[in-house]
Amino acid sequence: MKHIVIVGATSAIAEQCARLWLVQEPARLVLLARDAGRVARLATDLRVRHPQAAIETVAADFDDAQAIAAQVAAIVAHAPVDIVLIAHGWLPDQTGCQQDIACCRQALLINGVSPLLYAEAFAQHMERAGHGRLALIGSVAGDRGRKSNYIYGAAKGMVARYAEGLQHRFAASGVRVVLVKPGPTATPMTAHMPGQGSMASAAEVALRIVRGVERGQAVVYAPPRWRVIMWVIRHLPAVVFNRLDI
Amino acid sequence: MKGVYSWGRLALEPHRVIDLHDPAELAAQLEHNRPGIAYGLGRSYGDACLAPGDTLWRTPGLGRLIAFDAQTGVLHCEAGVTLREIQRLFMPRGWMLPVTPGTQWVTVGGAIANDVHGKNHHRFGSFGDHVRALRLLRTDGQQIECGPRQEPGWFAATLGGIGLTGLIVSASLQLRRIDSPWLTVQTLPYASLEEFFALSDASEMDWEHTVSWIDCFSRGGRGIFMRANPAPAGLAAPAPGREKRVPWTPPLSLVNRWSLPAFNLAYYALQRRHVGRERQVAHEPFSCPLDQVQEWNRLYGPHGFYQYQSVVPRRDAQAALAAMLDAIARSGEGSFLAVLKTFGERRSLGMLGFPQPGVTLALDFPNRGARTHRLFASLDAIVREAGGKLYLAKDARMPRALFEAGYPELNGFQSWRDHGMRSSMSRRLMGD
Repeated sequence: MKHIVIVGATSAIAEQCARLWLVQEPARLVLLARDAGRVARLATDLRVRHPQAAIETVAADFDDAQAIAAQVAAIVAHAPVDIVLIAHGWLPDQTGCQQDIACCRQALLINGVSPLLYAEAFAQHMERAGHGRLALIGSVAGDRGRKSNYIYGAAKGMVARYAEGLQHRFAASGVRVVLVKPGPTATPMTAHMPGQGSMASAAEVALRIVRGVERGQAVVYAPPRWRVIMWVIRHLPAVVFNRLDI
Repeated sequence: MKGVYSWGRLALEPHRVIDLHDPAELAAQLEHNRPGIAYGLGRSYGDACLAPGDTLWRTPGLGRLIAFDAQTGVLHCEAGVTLREIQRLFMPRGWMLPVTPGTQWVTVGGAIANDVHGKNHHRFGSFGDHVRALRLLRTDGQQIECGPRQEPGWFAATLGGIGLTGLIVSASLQLRRIDSPWLTVQTLPYASLEEFFALSDASEMDWEHTVSWIDCFSRGGRGIFMRANPAPAGLAAPAPGREKRVPWTPPLSLVNRWSLPAFNLAYYALQRRHVGRERQVAHEPFSCPLDQVQEWNRLYGPHGFYQYQSVVPRRDAQAALAAMLDAIARSGEGSFLAVLKTFGERRSLGMLGFPQPGVTLALDFPNRGARTHRLFASLDAIVREAGGKLYLAKDARMPRALFEAGYPELNGFQSWRDHGMRSSMSRRLMGD
């Protein structure tokens, strides 16, 4: 049985990934999340869908490095891990962050530092096993800082640079690191944003992630059109870019 | 505020849209945003799922399964789970929903609130006949567990109650055992309504599914009758079909009086090929042929379309149907998707449920304004004369008098209503 771990399992995208992986084959699935009630509800759903799968839940503390190390050690002690998806995130209010650096700190912690700590903890074990796929959810917001959400973007940019480093480190090994960059996705996280109707669905993004992980793709834009859009945005000269209200 | 359509795409009107995800937060989300109505996948054709200016509580986020008993086949799930998901998960395990409507893109909550039916009504009744229990949340925070035996009053009001008794949060559904995901299908042409009735009568004993397509442009009522039974075990699982999508809304209806006769002729010719031999068809394409083309409702163009689905008691059905077909022919309008089917003896358990003994005819008409409404007025008169009624899940325009005549339990229903729940339909037909 494949051993799959999802950190931040109650995120809408993560939940869809879990469903897709279990449709492929009954796996041993470990779900980490902060909210014990919500993750229990998710685990129950997955068990009813796939009675042959083995599903565990772990209550996670996303900003305690020692707790993270201990959780990860306990998970890999069972069996080496085949796939890890690190999916937790929180979309802060940009203006709120600008006015209150405590909000800013929280956003950087949850979207940047915490995913890295989890990834680093799993990376150690994967390196020793010489095997595994580690997927991190970054964002198109990490591709270029924009005034409308650069705090979130900075944290996601950090995830991207980190993934790059990890890919370099594991280039010669059997470990694959996949950086996912979803565009705006219709999930509870973006429910307050205008234009949710035209966003990609969590299920569509999840399908890209699952395929990207299967292929060991270095960078997955989801949906793929964001690769082109972000290429353009990254290459806009500052004189033009600074005039845009984005 | 966000513009939302129902399936008929008649008008894009602004709503305050609230996505429901977490059962723990529902009570607050209802109480703070009432009045409004629950909105699942928006497959109601008319205005049962719309409430312009008010709230739409979107339910697909309530999409978790809660329990399945592999001994009894009872599935407990949240109300936003789609029938398609249930079928796709459980058919490989030898279980399926006993009743599915013409599309699987509906939520469990929507299926209950409209007490939907399928092609096997004469054998399995309607969706509500297989609901063991449901949980209702009122906008004042009250929670009610009800079912056919527990709190039957609440159950009867909620089943077919188009969302007006509160939010359906979860339900327990009785699935049925199946040996195979396939059906054995026979296709038989008929040349007149008499032949249709003879075929229906001859088939209901021995065939689980019966349905027919009738050609509105033919004099006398020629059509194609299909009947099906579960196939024996042993065939491989069907490959899921490729999904197509209508990519955008054409500037005018592609279903119109020039294209319709051609469509109907082509459909008739295509179906004729199947006459005289038995085919194996998977459940999904047999029960829900239109599910293979996503957003087919866009074909009707920017003005949308109406569906007119009536049921008339069997006694005068043949004369009523003949009169309706005649009225359609005289109006110069026409319908491509004309579905004719007999219901069995089981009346819906819901106070406002649709299925009742008789014959049901469903017709789609592009919205051509006053012309279309003139035709509806003459169809209404025939339905009322025959003692029939129209299906709320499809309706966007019936006059209040026809509603009151067709739904005698309306007065009883009113006392079960949640007054934080209201829709365009409830305002139109019940005054609030």
